[in-house]
Amino acid sequence: MGPGMKRNWLIWIPLAAFAFIGGLFLYGLMQPKDDYVRSGLIGKPLPSFELPAAVEGIPGLSSADFADGKPRMLNVFASWCLPCKAEAPFLEQIKERGVEIHAIAIRDKPEDVAAFLAEHGNPFVRIGADADMLVQLKLGSSGVPETYLIDGKGNIIHQHIGDIRGEHVAPLVEKLKAAK
Amino acid sequence: MIAETGLAALWLAAALALLQAFAGLGSWKSASPALASLTRPVAVAQGLLCLIAFGCLLWMFAVTDLSVLLVASNSHVDKPMIFKIAGAWGNHEGSMLLWVTILTLAGAAIALFERRLDAQTLGATLFAQSLLALGFFAFLLFSSNPFERLSPAPPSGAGLNPLLQDIGLALHPPTLYIGYVGLSVAFSFAVAALLTGKVGPAFARAMRPWVLLAWISLTLGITAGSYWAYYELGWGGWWFWDPVENASLMPWLAATALLHSVAVLANRDALRAWTIMLALVAFAMSMAGTFLVRSGILTSVHAFAVDPERGAFILTLLLLYVGSALTLFALRIGSVKEGKQFSILSREGGIVVNNIFLSVILAIVLMGTMAPLVAESMGDKISVGPPYFNKATVPIGLLLMLALMVGPLLRWRSDDKARLKRLFAPAIAAVVAVIFLALTSPQAGFWPIVALMLSAGLGVASFLPLFGRNLLRTPLPIWGMVIAHFGLAVSVAGMAAESGWTTEKLYALRPGETVSVASWSVKLEDVAPVVGDNWVAIEGRLSAKRGGFVAQLKPQTRQFSNPEQQTSEAALLTRWDGQLYAVVAPISETDLSRWQVRLWWKPFVTLIWFGGGLIALGGLIALLGRIKLPARKQNENPWVPA
Repeated sequence: MGPGMKRNWLIWIPLAAFAFIGGLFLYGLMQPKDDYVRSGLIGKPLPSFELPAAVEGIPGLSSADFADGKPRMLNVFASWCLPCKAEAPFLEQIKERGVEIHAIAIRDKPEDVAAFLAEHGNPFVRIGADADMLVQLKLGSSGVPETYLIDGKGNIIHQHIGDIRGEHVAPLVEKLKAAK
Repeated sequence: MIAETGLAALWLAAALALLQAFAGLGSWKSASPALASLTRPVAVAQGLLCLIAFGCLLWMFAVTDLSVLLVASNSHVDKPMIFKIAGAWGNHEGSMLLWVTILTLAGAAIALFERRLDAQTLGATLFAQSLLALGFFAFLLFSSNPFERLSPAPPSGAGLNPLLQDIGLALHPPTLYIGYVGLSVAFSFAVAALLTGKVGPAFARAMRPWVLLAWISLTLGITAGSYWAYYELGWGGWWFWDPVENASLMPWLAATALLHSVAVLANRDALRAWTIMLALVAFAMSMAGTFLVRSGILTSVHAFAVDPERGAFILTLLLLYVGSALTLFALRIGSVKEGKQFSILSREGGIVVNNIFLSVILAIVLMGTMAPLVAESMGDKISVGPPYFNKATVPIGLLLMLALMVGPLLRWRSDDKARLKRLFAPAIAAVVAVIFLALTSPQAGFWPIVALMLSAGLGVASFLPLFGRNLLRTPLPIWGMVIAHFGLAVSVAGMAAESGWTTEKLYALRPGETVSVASWSVKLEDVAPVVGDNWVAIEGRLSAKRGGFVAQLKPQTRQFSNPEQQTSEAALLTRWDGQLYAVVAPISETDLSRWQVRLWWKPFVTLIWFGGGLIALGGLIALLGRIKLPARKQNENPWVPA
């Protein structure tokens, strides 16, 4: 562009460029937006990992503990996380409805996890210790607590960000039962 | 009552804006003196009414009137007074009211003081300006009423994002808004020129002070914003290429180009179409910036005021105003006569080179900012960060500096190569700098050394336009240009020193331990809890020692109560040759025996903002020189009695 930009179709280029950007803005505005970082793995198989036991007496967790035909729940939590304490009773309700729940404890110590379970109950079958948050990153999880629904073939079918509350219990259980 | 008064003033002002639109339209179409004389009091009353409305808002926030929804949801009785008042524009509705207030005050100033333009172009300008105002009045009154009542009134209020409880907040948005509004005035002038077809020196001189004002404010806003991010976010960086930072940089780039091309139009009557185009682009960029901040379509640390519905409103205004202006441009620019010709080795030629480089940088920043959105629309997710922006913009920015050494030396219209001999002195400075740096610290890397070399060259070259002049009789705008160009050299020197020579250390320390960073030795004396107005914090007490000099640093990690949020308050120790930057944070919730201590030594980093301040000061001096001029001249404004 320059001083001599009149008299031909070139003068429409700014408008066209602007229309393109305006279109992008419009598109961006119509996208559903939330503050959460969604995992890119929804609909994909669970990444492979192997974690040692987070607390004495409860076995550790690996990706091989899934994909045996039984849908399960995977809870990402930590003993130092307040919302995790808040969601504990609802995890217990989910367990009572016959769902098997595995867990990953983030940046935690065995004695803290033990104290957490003693105080809030233990809804988990296995708990893996993710001391350096590597598995959490692999899962595409950006915080605690988060909960994943894993179908019988080992695929992640749903990610629940934040604590599970009373109203979430039934939909999560139904969603998991519907998956095979 | 105060809230109702404010709302009434706002409605009246909106009605006057409608009246001004008709009067402005009429005085453009019919050149009627009656309509033209109507425009002036209408524009002034409109500005005053908005000022009253904004005053009511300030009052409500100062006394924390919790029966008003906006105050209840953005303020708190416990907040310090200065942040109560700043809270008035630290939210969407309040900042939009501030924007409209500044916009209408600018309209009043044009109506009162503009004496260079013919009546028709002035009428068309005020017509365009009132259309802009009407859009934002509608926005305020129909979707973001700042005076809405809340019943029953809550007891204490919700608070303000603690990141924003900072003196930076009191200044950053208002300066940016003055910048954006200044560009809206340039936009109105450009639209008016397209309507009347009268593009020339008179038009350029009328537009220039507004572009200068906008550019000064944007420069200050960006400089202050960069310093705010530097000490408040606690990451040790001063520019993150965050979408919202880019949103403020893009109008600045366009305004800088416009400031230079408008000088060509004012002095030489060339670059007519290009100047009009830049005025449209600069305003489009400032509205797009507002849209990006408010809509939250791009993830950003600034996205504290996100609401898609309001985003839709701003987007509608953006598409309407800029879309119709660009259509008008395409349809009418053919009727604007071509400006005067010039040789490439001339001041005009230098400014064209400046405009090309600035436009390329603008395009790079625009593409990088939009790329995530383009990718998302094609089902992909990407984020574009500093590696792209730095790689793409730094070389062009440095080329721009090279051109800047030459341009101001050249005469208007055409010049001979002999004048370039004057570049001998800056060339020596650059060569000395590069030899010294390459020998003493080659580890700094290629780009920082090249940037410092060019800064040294430009630092000397920027003063050459004063060479051979009588300094007392040198016009203020020349002084302004010299200081602004020197400021750029200073700022780039700071950037280069920071990026090439910073030392960063991260330690886990127990109280009593001593570590070193660059030539400093730093001891963690103690960590203690401290309590503020509405926060509690852990505060590290560090003593930093270099040679015989000892100083205390007290970085904090603050926990705010209303609303709950954690922020990091870096501690800065400023010396003549740089800053020591310290951050302290807990290692975990349970381990209180050791603390995470992050230390940076950033040589000459303060030059970045000092240079930014010099650039703005240069603009201010030039502006003083420009607005002095019409006062001496015969009053040509047909609407002001002589």
